[in-house]
Amino acid sequence: MAEAHALPDTFPKYLLRNAELFGSQWAMRHKDRGIWQSWTWSQQQGEIRDFAIGLAELGCRHGDKVAIIGANRPRLYWAVCAVQSLGGIPVPVYADAVAEELSYVLSHAGVRFAVVQDQEQVDKLGSFADKLTDLVAMIYDEPRGLADYDLSALHDFADVQKMGRSAQEEDAGRAKAWEDGIRSASGDDISIMLYTSGTTGRSKGVMLKAKNAVKAAQDTVAFDRLTEKDSVLAYLPLAWVGDHYLNYAQGYVSGFTMACPESGQTVAQDLRELAPTFYFAPPRVFEGLLTSVTIRMEDASRLKRWLYRYFIEVARKHGEAILEGRNVPLGARLSYAFGNLFIYGPLKNVLGLSNIRVAYTAGEAIGSDLFSYFRSLGVNLKQLYGQTEAFLYVTCQKDGEVRSDTVGPPAPNVDIRISDDGEVQFRSPGMFSGYYLEDEKTAETMTPDGYVKTGDAGFFDTDGQLKIIDRAKDVGKLASGALFAPKYLENMLKFFPNIKEAVAYGDGHEHAAAFINIDLQAVGNWAERNNIAYASYQELAGHPLVYEMIAANVEETNRRLSKEPMMAAAQIRRFLILHKELDADDGELTRTQKVRRSYVAERYAPLIEALYDGSSEKFVETEVTYEDGRKGKIRATVKIADAPVFGAADPVREAAE
Amino acid sequence: MNAHPGNDLIVAPDDDGIAKGALLMDVKNVSLAFGGVKAITDISFDVRKGEIRAIIGPNGAGKTSMLNVINGFYTPQTGTITFRGHARRAMKPHHAVRQGIARTFQNVALFKGMSTLDNIMAGRSVLMKRNIVWQMLWHGPALAEEIEHREKVEEIIDFLEIEHIRHTPVGKLPYGLQKRVELGRALAMEPSLLLLDEPMAGMNLEEKEDMSRFILDVNQQRGTTIALIEHDMGVVMDLSDRVVVLDYGKKIADGPPDQVKADQAVIDAYLGVSH
Repeated sequence: MAEAHALPDTFPKYLLRNAELFGSQWAMRHKDRGIWQSWTWSQQQGEIRDFAIGLAELGCRHGDKVAIIGANRPRLYWAVCAVQSLGGIPVPVYADAVAEELSYVLSHAGVRFAVVQDQEQVDKLGSFADKLTDLVAMIYDEPRGLADYDLSALHDFADVQKMGRSAQEEDAGRAKAWEDGIRSASGDDISIMLYTSGTTGRSKGVMLKAKNAVKAAQDTVAFDRLTEKDSVLAYLPLAWVGDHYLNYAQGYVSGFTMACPESGQTVAQDLRELAPTFYFAPPRVFEGLLTSVTIRMEDASRLKRWLYRYFIEVARKHGEAILEGRNVPLGARLSYAFGNLFIYGPLKNVLGLSNIRVAYTAGEAIGSDLFSYFRSLGVNLKQLYGQTEAFLYVTCQKDGEVRSDTVGPPAPNVDIRISDDGEVQFRSPGMFSGYYLEDEKTAETMTPDGYVKTGDAGFFDTDGQLKIIDRAKDVGKLASGALFAPKYLENMLKFFPNIKEAVAYGDGHEHAAAFINIDLQAVGNWAERNNIAYASYQELAGHPLVYEMIAANVEETNRRLSKEPMMAAAQIRRFLILHKELDADDGELTRTQKVRRSYVAERYAPLIEALYDGSSEKFVETEVTYEDGRKGKIRATVKIADAPVFGAADPVREAAE
Repeated sequence: MNAHPGNDLIVAPDDDGIAKGALLMDVKNVSLAFGGVKAITDISFDVRKGEIRAIIGPNGAGKTSMLNVINGFYTPQTGTITFRGHARRAMKPHHAVRQGIARTFQNVALFKGMSTLDNIMAGRSVLMKRNIVWQMLWHGPALAEEIEHREKVEEIIDFLEIEHIRHTPVGKLPYGLQKRVELGRALAMEPSLLLLDEPMAGMNLEEKEDMSRFILDVNQQRGTTIALIEHDMGVVMDLSDRVVVLDYGKKIADGPPDQVKADQAVIDAYLGVSH
């Protein structure tokens, strides 16, 4: 084949291609002054060219690192491509990072330029300017509030574009030279450097090669059949691999339209106005949507409530089958069509999901009811599993083969294996080429034969879909040697509305057991409806009827566990309902509301003992910190309940005999 | 047929031909009484173009009365007010508006059932040149004018960062945001002089900080002259260029914040020395 027909191997090459193929189609939209402003691919190429040449005038060269900091805005996305077109390396950084984090990342990366959104970011960078020894110039998008600043090393984005334009006027060959530079660029150049969010230690700069990044995007664009007719709303943090991949990389490869919201607070409205065809959101966003729908429906008129309940039930029974094209009786199809007319259609319209062709969720476990709710409305919601080191996709679900408890089979051209100790390892087209300046850490993350260690424990289910169960370091073994994955159990328990938090124990013990925190709102509501009087959280938590209710939830969890060969041994034999809510002020949760399992174990050691010594209740005294900082003590006698287990396989008893 | 009577006075603040720092409004020997109750006694002060001027004083000192006099809501028994070179005594609030004076109120006075956008748009009505027939026809020049005004309103929405509540009925908004919308409506008139009646009243610390930021931005970036009444002394001293202090309807001090703060009469008035 002639070289001209070869697929591009960098994103700027795709820019040139898209301007040629889809010149008059929208590439970018942004709501400004209440109106959607749009740029076609050829206009976008012009904007990027002017900025890139202006940036080159300022001294940006091949290999220079350029920080990009701010919200999802067209100019920042253009800056990414402009930097790439010069052979530079964009380094997007989380806009809400505090000065200290920002200072670490920018000086570690050795950025020479920074393209930032507004005064806030300029001020933040200004506060540690002395550490940024390599920084030559800062460019801002919004001039507001910057009038009084020393402007010698500070440039307005528009002025840089103006510099680019006058350079082109002076030298007629300049634009052509810029395009030639793009065409002759190598796919082996680093396309982008994404810093990990740093929840587990210092952020690391993940380097991704252009040809790998492009290849990964080509694979998933083909997988989900994305074309230039699709559209997305880019509302997730610019510096997150998901946003860069799903919106930028896939957008350039497929030529679809990317829209930027007016502001962070208008995303829901913007979504409704645009109704994109491709959508990604973490589970908590879907949960928020469902909650707001439920609350609004409770305030609706009787007729509407009845219609909603009736048709949601129809959708629950047949919606997913219809979505997946399975056989459904004619009567049910008819009911569903009516439901679509009266309920699902208007509902999706309000949520901005009317035109969704493909939607993904990832990041944490999603409850099966929540997942099914959206799918039953006809939203093709699927799961994926990914990492920055993979340039996102490791696995993703095919249309029609979707389940809530798995993350799908390997994505196209991705190799996955499970190591002997249960860790998921992969090799993929979009795989990173190392952490910037941290070869040691790179070596730690890679296996000698070139696989990337994810740090997650998982296994393949019978139908070839990957199931992620926990962080590998948290996975333990019961005394019998059977697998024990605490988070997996906790998630299953937490999907019950009555259970707010659960902490599972079992590593090194004979069986699994759990602490449970009831959800005060849900259980309180239930108590009110059933005329159960209670004076405090503690009293409600210890109520025999509440124990009965939670016992039913645990029993159901065990029933589900018993159906999974890998997990059947880890059924919960004993549980207790904690007398106080786990609280970040007491150190029991992290500030991001994650349970600190080992700390809780230490704090409630007598209770853990009681879970395993067969006693039916235990007295505990716990120190608590009140909101105003005073300390106090809570005393309680906590009951411990037994739960039935299911299934023939019962390795625990065997081990005991 | 195009112009309202009195429209010839309407000009954007930057075009009023008065240089920054020059006299914008001069209040001379103004007294106001309601029957036998003297609200304001012989007060004189001036407002210079481009400054933030504060009027402070303990409860019942006559601050709001003073604002109402400037605004044309009350007519003083004696004294004159010269605004942009025009002296006047008796006038109606809508004359004040046409002369370029806009205000916000101590208790939010918005159209609660209308959206943020419509409320701010209402602030533009004084600047609309087409008459009601044209506007009802909603065509040609009237439509072009509407678009032009809408653009200005969007500028204000962007300026005050209230995009997300553009279409929300104002009555549903929290208090701090309502105050911001009210500021937006006053700004929509493109006033030469903006009167703020206790802009921070009833706000929490964060809302106060936001509001202070916006007041400074309005002053610095839009070049609007501001006269404000405020209880919160910290805010007043940080924001304003010059302060007038009233007590029992009389002026007891006038000058830059630091000077006023050190003034014995002011300290006595605030700490409550017996009169």
